[in-house]
Amino acid sequence: METTITLEVQRYLPEKDTEPYFQEYKVPLRKKWVVLDALNYIKDNIDGTLSYRWSCRMGVCGSCGMMVNDKPVLTCATFLEECLPGPIRVAPLSYFDVIRDLVVNTDGFMDKLKRVKPWLITDQVKPVPEGEYRQTPEQKAEYDQYSMCINCMLCYAACPVAGLEPEFVGPAAIALAQRYNYDSRDEGRKQRNEELLGEGGIYSCTLVGECSEVCPKAVDPAGAIQRYKVSGAAEWWKSVVVPWGDT
Amino acid sequence: MAKTDDINTSTNPRYQRYRPERYSPRMSIFWWVHKKPFVKFIVRELTSLFVAAYAVLLIFQVRALSQGAEAWEALVAWFSTPFSIGLHVIIFLFVVFHAITWFNLAPTAMVLRIGKKRIPGGVIITINFLMWIALSLAIATLILAR
Repeated sequence: METTITLEVQRYLPEKDTEPYFQEYKVPLRKKWVVLDALNYIKDNIDGTLSYRWSCRMGVCGSCGMMVNDKPVLTCATFLEECLPGPIRVAPLSYFDVIRDLVVNTDGFMDKLKRVKPWLITDQVKPVPEGEYRQTPEQKAEYDQYSMCINCMLCYAACPVAGLEPEFVGPAAIALAQRYNYDSRDEGRKQRNEELLGEGGIYSCTLVGECSEVCPKAVDPAGAIQRYKVSGAAEWWKSVVVPWGDT
Repeated sequence: MAKTDDINTSTNPRYQRYRPERYSPRMSIFWWVHKKPFVKFIVRELTSLFVAAYAVLLIFQVRALSQGAEAWEALVAWFSTPFSIGLHVIIFLFVVFHAITWFNLAPTAMVLRIGKKRIPGGVIITINFLMWIALSLAIATLILAR
């Protein structure tokens, strides 16, 4: 007989539930199965009403982030065997509003991403005949790490500050801001500072550091935020000491 | 009325977004007790209170100095009480914890380069600790060599 493992999956059906609850499912324990495979097995064979997000199954799309045994992970990259002997508790990402079962509301996160202006900003757009904006490998290396973010929101589910202060822009969005701030072709730092040096910006971060621990792409958002704090403080001092200067 | 709005068959349909009730989880004030890294974080944050407490003690010393020999003697006498010694030991332990945890976090905020090479985090931490030991020894020598 095939060995099985129990999944305790958080359910919430807004049309009939006021509170979420956990439902148990027994799924085959297979060597190559990740938690997402187990959820797909449940959906296909046991309970078709279960809702969750997923897409690529290879750690690129960032859709299948959930809390597995109270830790934010990509369910496509978490093997059942890592969670032995079970039961495995699967819940929606912490601190987010739950729309249904394991599906969370991402609207707030999307707004925060937009707020940091994650695109190249230049004072003057170069006419096309003048050619490309060139960059050396060293200049690219400056921001490479921060460009690896897949917007999976695991860092938000790991950050108690994001939970306590919903207005906090949060780890991924600030790391993304840094991705452009450190880009040699970009001139938008001042515009991003307006958003990030004020209320709900970088100084809301108390350096719990868990965002970097859970990041599946080693972006190190905690590092990005601390570096922003250092440069933000330096810019502030510069504006005090040299008020007539351009900061 | 809502029903007729939901199914609109006119040539210019107005779509209504499906907005069911969402569940908003609440955070308990004890959110930090269940996870080890959160407990460590809270302890690290609380150590700042002890750092601040020692700063207050230092201010008292400066005040006693400015008030003259009598006030200074009185303060030194209070510092010699078991309560004060105990307090200093506790403050010292928390300040050491504070310093160690923050030194270990230093590379997170500092990206330093020699030429094109990034200095590894371990080196930054080690330099911090070595500086700490060197400065502590220098201050200890200054005090003890009177």
